[in-house]
Amino acid sequence: MAPHELRRPFKRPAISDQQRRRDLALIRQTQQRSDSQNRARRLASSLFDLPSHSFPDACQADFPDNVDVGYAIALEQSPELEASSPTVRHLDFVQASKLKGSAARHWFARQLMLTEWMIDVPPNLDRDWYVFARPAGKRCFVVSSNGSTVSRLRNGSVLHHFPSSLPNGARTKEISAPSHVYCILDCIFHEPDQTYYVIDMVCWRGYSLYDCSAEFRFFWLNSKLSETGACNPPSTYHRYRFSVVPIYDCNRIGLHKAYTGGFAFVKDGLLFYNRHAHYQTGNTPLALVWKDELCSQYVLDTDSEGHVPAEQQVVLELQDDGKLTTSDDPPILFGCLEKEIIQKAGNFLRFSVIDECVRIVDGKLELGDLKFVGKANRARAFADSYSKVFFQYTARHSPLQFQDLIASLDPNLDENSESNDMEMID
Amino acid sequence: MSLQITQLLLSAQSADGRVRSAAEETLKQFQEQNLPHFLLSLSVELADDLKPPESRRLAGIILKNSLDAKDALRKADLTQQWVNVDASLKVQIKESLLLTLRSPVSEASQTASQVIAKVASIEIPRREWPDLIGRLLANMTQPDTPATLRQATLETLGYVCEEISPQDLEQQEVNAVLTAVVQGMSGVQESYKVRLAAVRSLYNALDFAQTNFENEMERNYIMKIVCETAVSEESEIRQAAFECLVSIASIYYEILGPYMEALFSLTANAVKGDEESVALQAVEFWSSICDMEIQIQDEYDGDDVRSSEGYHNFIQRALSMLVPMLLETLLKQEEDQDQDDSIWNLSMAGGTCLGLVAKTVCDEILPLVMPFVEGNITKPDWRSREAATFAFGSILEGPSIEKLLPMVHAGLDFLLNAMNDQNSQVKDTTAWTLGRIFEILHSSNCEYQVVTPSNLQRIISVLLEGIRDAPNVADKVCGAIYFLAQGYEDAESDSSILTPYLGQIISALLWTTDRTDVSSSKLRSSAYETLNEIVRCSQIPETTNMIAQLLGEIMNRLGRNVELQILCSEEKEKQSDLQASLCGVLQVIIQKLCTSDDTKLIFLQAADQLMALFLRVFACQSSTVHEEAMLAIGAFAYATGQEFVKYLPEFYKYLEMGLQNYEEYQVCSISVGVVGDICRAVDDKILPYCDGIMTNLLKNLSNSMLHRSVKAPLFSCFGDIALAIGENFEKYVPYVMPMLQGAAELCANLDDNDEEMLEYGNQLRRGIFEAYSGILQGFKTSKAELMMPFANHLLQFTEAVFIESNRDDAVTKAAVAVIGDLADTLGPSIKILLKNANFHVNFLGECFSSEDDQLKETALWTQGMIGRVLAS
Repeated sequence: MAPHELRRPFKRPAISDQQRRRDLALIRQTQQRSDSQNRARRLASSLFDLPSHSFPDACQADFPDNVDVGYAIALEQSPELEASSPTVRHLDFVQASKLKGSAARHWFARQLMLTEWMIDVPPNLDRDWYVFARPAGKRCFVVSSNGSTVSRLRNGSVLHHFPSSLPNGARTKEISAPSHVYCILDCIFHEPDQTYYVIDMVCWRGYSLYDCSAEFRFFWLNSKLSETGACNPPSTYHRYRFSVVPIYDCNRIGLHKAYTGGFAFVKDGLLFYNRHAHYQTGNTPLALVWKDELCSQYVLDTDSEGHVPAEQQVVLELQDDGKLTTSDDPPILFGCLEKEIIQKAGNFLRFSVIDECVRIVDGKLELGDLKFVGKANRARAFADSYSKVFFQYTARHSPLQFQDLIASLDPNLDENSESNDMEMID
Repeated sequence: MSLQITQLLLSAQSADGRVRSAAEETLKQFQEQNLPHFLLSLSVELADDLKPPESRRLAGIILKNSLDAKDALRKADLTQQWVNVDASLKVQIKESLLLTLRSPVSEASQTASQVIAKVASIEIPRREWPDLIGRLLANMTQPDTPATLRQATLETLGYVCEEISPQDLEQQEVNAVLTAVVQGMSGVQESYKVRLAAVRSLYNALDFAQTNFENEMERNYIMKIVCETAVSEESEIRQAAFECLVSIASIYYEILGPYMEALFSLTANAVKGDEESVALQAVEFWSSICDMEIQIQDEYDGDDVRSSEGYHNFIQRALSMLVPMLLETLLKQEEDQDQDDSIWNLSMAGGTCLGLVAKTVCDEILPLVMPFVEGNITKPDWRSREAATFAFGSILEGPSIEKLLPMVHAGLDFLLNAMNDQNSQVKDTTAWTLGRIFEILHSSNCEYQVVTPSNLQRIISVLLEGIRDAPNVADKVCGAIYFLAQGYEDAESDSSILTPYLGQIISALLWTTDRTDVSSSKLRSSAYETLNEIVRCSQIPETTNMIAQLLGEIMNRLGRNVELQILCSEEKEKQSDLQASLCGVLQVIIQKLCTSDDTKLIFLQAADQLMALFLRVFACQSSTVHEEAMLAIGAFAYATGQEFVKYLPEFYKYLEMGLQNYEEYQVCSISVGVVGDICRAVDDKILPYCDGIMTNLLKNLSNSMLHRSVKAPLFSCFGDIALAIGENFEKYVPYVMPMLQGAAELCANLDDNDEEMLEYGNQLRRGIFEAYSGILQGFKTSKAELMMPFANHLLQFTEAVFIESNRDDAVTKAAVAVIGDLADTLGPSIKILLKNANFHVNFLGECFSSEDDQLKETALWTQGMIGRVLAS
């Protein structure tokens, strides 16, 4: 038998650089193939992802109306995209990536998924819904990209510009995420402990979660966020702590926990998310907010001084033809502006509700005559939604109570049955 | 006819080329016209003692080659051919073969035993030669069989065992074979040749003896006979017996316990006093035990292996006697052994085994070896110094770095001084040991540093002096520099402490490549390869100027080289070796320069000139050069991007040549990879060349002569092209899709007991998925509907892969991505298909629980795509 073939070259210098060159070339090719396929895939997921929003004239950027934020950022960071992808060349990326000021505000103002107010209890609450306590604070979008993190309020204006441990959220040496990496989180900034409570994950490391069920988004949020160190206490490269909110199945136990449980944050009502719903920008009936005095200090709307006005107030948008509408899509008509009041179309106007004029017809709220109060706060980007007006009305008259929620749960459904398998179908 | 064939067979061995080729041609015609009769007449020729031995031998060889071939596909064809031969003819042929074993002409009987084994390899697994073993054994049991027949029979049994696998024989047959073989080994009255044949066939039969080795009595008996044979009078028999022990060590490791003491003294005696060929096998026995124990440790992967039942700790238990025995062998160097890299003698085998022992017992080797090192390294006798150094170099892999580091620190200065030893072998081994230290223990990211800012300067100056020493020493020094540089490859800082020395190192390496006192080209290519590592590990931007200069120098060298007009074939070979080395360096430099935008400019300025050089190189014939130049072009295309279009008209013909070079499959494989690089660089500008490229790719896929490792990359390449040219890929769909479907079917039918086939299957699956992904994404915007007819097949294939237990991570990633691509491209039209094929739920679930972030992200994307379709 010949000596062991592998043993022969023991004392030979072990250089086989040619094989190494081959291997390295193969690794490079594999990586580049996967990059270019992923590029094709990412374009795909962004181009027809989001519902279109028309830009008002005020927006000076001549900007395509159906580009998502991840896409815009991806564009910003991969200039070669323009050259390599004929399919999207007609879009003006350069402008898209350079959105600043009011255009950026306007655009971001339309990216959040907005909860409707719970007017009545949806069916199958226990089977199809999650419940969690809403931290009191400012709802915002947090975007980490290109070595910095920006939070933007619901109206699109910047709240903080800061370094964070989110992927690509700070310019540090340690975090060497590829440049195309960016994240978008749906958060509430809680002033007392200066913490961003993440209530939803929209994009993570460049991958869009818009098309994923809430069930999956929450799973991903819970497993991913802490890995990055974003939940660590603040430090030089991580100015604000991020935190997740405990999310419960909406059964008797979960509902009680969310309602009466103690949390690190001040509670402001309960949020209900349908577990199968995708992340949808704008108002959606698949994410609901509910409040009562016990779990929120802000059940009834307050005025600018923080007082609850004697009469319910609503903010409506004035249309060209003088009609007053909600922010819903399509808008709900609540009345017409009296001729003598001169206001510019597109403005948001504040009215008092006259209780005697309100009627509920076939479950629909009709406000009747409204009393003009004045222009709404300049920072307003939206009128009130129909569900908010309705909720505020019932809150003042016959509120939906916690017992009603409990009563709606199916007593036959075993509360411990965890039907938590990853379901993606319908 | 019999006369005619004898003459033909003799003429086919004629010294006269014309006579030879005419005879070969006639034989070939004969074979093609009537294969069964051709085979029959060959077997008759082989059996006929009246025929000349030369014609009989060639008859046997042609028979053998008509039954077996190295290439798997050809082999399958030949098998089928034989199976189709008329049964009565086959019986006649086999009878002739068995008859030939009786021939006193050993050339005939030996050839016949090999042919019988080839027939057996086809027929025994198919149960078509049930009486073969019985017929052979009868030769052994009948009284008065001549020794030549007994020898030929034993050899035949050995060959047959080598060809078939254990499950092909009944246990009864195995028992009878073992009995015959063991009797042949131990028979006092048997001739030397019979006993040798018996030991050698035992070697092949060991695999069949599973049941016998489980039975203590039978096992004791076999081991007793083997051990007795290992001290036979004849050294050839002793060697063969030790070869059996080596094989037993790896097949039956777990039952060796009771025999180890005896085996130790047996091997120790052989190592000490027997002839080298026997001693080498005795050392190999211990190396095999090490292999087994290392393998078991790997399987336990950190768990406490010593408490496990299957691990017997033989090496550790024998350590105190084994190590001194091995150290002794190190002192048995041959003069001038440093001149021959491939030399295999007792000291080499001993050092190798010592290295394996270190890997097996780790720290425990140190107290047994270090006194030997310290005691011998200063002795006046060069053998002692060399053995001490070799011992130290051999045990560096295994012990913990904490334990080794103080010793290395204490010894490093000594080793550096020893580079001035008056003996060349000591210097050679010292340089090798330095290389091992850097290779195994040196990394800039490690907590423990072998190379420090304070000793680096001395190390470099010793190495740069050593590189001027004798060629064999210089070669080892190149290795040491290579690994020294490699230690800085993953350095996290922008600046390397090696940088100040790089200028000197590069000039020393270039000087080495120009040495004229070297006979072989080995040193020169080592120096160039070390240069490659220096470039790879250098820190941009602080070394930018140096690399730019080196680029100029290498281009000049290549420029001068391609100008040379050489006719002499030996010089010509040297010239192409050099071209290959230079192209290798250029490839590495291009890749390095393109890691940053600033340095990329340096490359871009030289690009035209570089391409001109590469084209000259392609004009040369050697395949190694083509491979290296092709690799460089891949890096080049990636770096130039769209600009590469301008080179395509001239470069294309060489690309085509590469794609057509199926014989040198490495060249073909790299050319296929380069097509991908070019696609990504120029996108749809590759369109004018696609017909040609696709034709070649498709031809290659159907070419059974092409090495199978190229097949999977061919599929991936379809994906690259489709992604680049988008809807223009439409015209290739009718050709490509059947290929993909056929390959998918093939995957399902691969032998999953064969590890190589498993790996091939995985490569193939990944290639198929990558092809689909590229095509789907390429068609997405305008021709999505073209893929509709294939959606169901693709889903079925993906499901089959999902179920496949041997699927590797890369396949999983490609499979999960392709489902997303399918959903992304075909959208709502595959809603029902996706609903029905709901394996994706579990598949994605599996991916989400993976540790691999990339996989999870891909799965996430796919889930989004599926979700969108299902919600539509």
